Amino acid sequence: MMHVGDVTETLAAEVGLRSDEEIVRLRQIVRDHAIAQGFSLVDQTKFVTAASELARNTLQYGGGGDARLSKLTNGVRVGLRLRFVDRGPGIADIERALRDGFTSGGGLGLGLGGARRLCDEFEIQSEPGKGTVVSITKWKLR
Amino acid sequence: MERIPILRMGNCLIVAIQVDMHDRLAIALQDDLTERIVKDKAKGVLIDISALDVVDSFIGRMISNTAAMATVLDAETVVVGMQPSVAITLVELGLTLSGVSTALNVEKGMALLQQRRR
Repeated sequence: MMHVGDVTETLAAEVGLRSDEEIVRLRQIVRDHAIAQGFSLVDQTKFVTAASELARNTLQYGGGGDARLSKLTNGVRVGLRLRFVDRGPGIADIERALRDGFTSGGGLGLGLGGARRLCDEFEIQSEPGKGTVVSITKWKLR
Repeated sequence: MERIPILRMGNCLIVAIQVDMHDRLAIALQDDLTERIVKDKAKGVLIDISALDVVDSFIGRMISNTAAMATVLDAETVVVGMQPSVAITLVELGLTLSGVSTALNVEKGMALLQQRRR
């Protein structure tokens, strides 16, 4: 368990991302926890979709990695946080990578920007040559 | 490798996606459908996604590409049964599936295909 400010974060699941099938597995695990946290159907779908986009990035651009799902509470609200970690080549220009339509891999370029729009909080840290950490958070609407 | 089954009814091909597809499976379906359009001389393709609770940009792109390829092969594509929560998420994601015809359910989708072919 971890306390940052008034937010308590509890690790709920850890999923390796090394194949297409593991992206599907992550979607199912995230869906189950989103249901357990009481998310609405639309919010479940948004968070699972964002998870799917970022998991594919981790696999395609990061050369595989891990996803860590945590349950959040600040005493009043509950939420979920999902953190993607890879040790791939990193992203040189994050602002550019976040722009819709930018892709270095032949995709649609909606992954990062799209995932950001589907969540409440979005953080990205990347260092060329060392890897990338992307974190998304969604709070349950009261 | 597992495959999504494609059914033929008259000159239409029908696909009901019932599983959470991984990316290779989605690509295999796209390839199978284009092959079957030619082999069966199909004029319409109906894709039922009512069982999908997530459509991300990859699956969205597969659907758009399939529709575009079908058009080039002189067939029409209709996507039916999209869940409302999936529709909301797709639009927010930035994917509008432009160029893809949609209908609320299989019955309306088949009617649409038949009416266009008359």
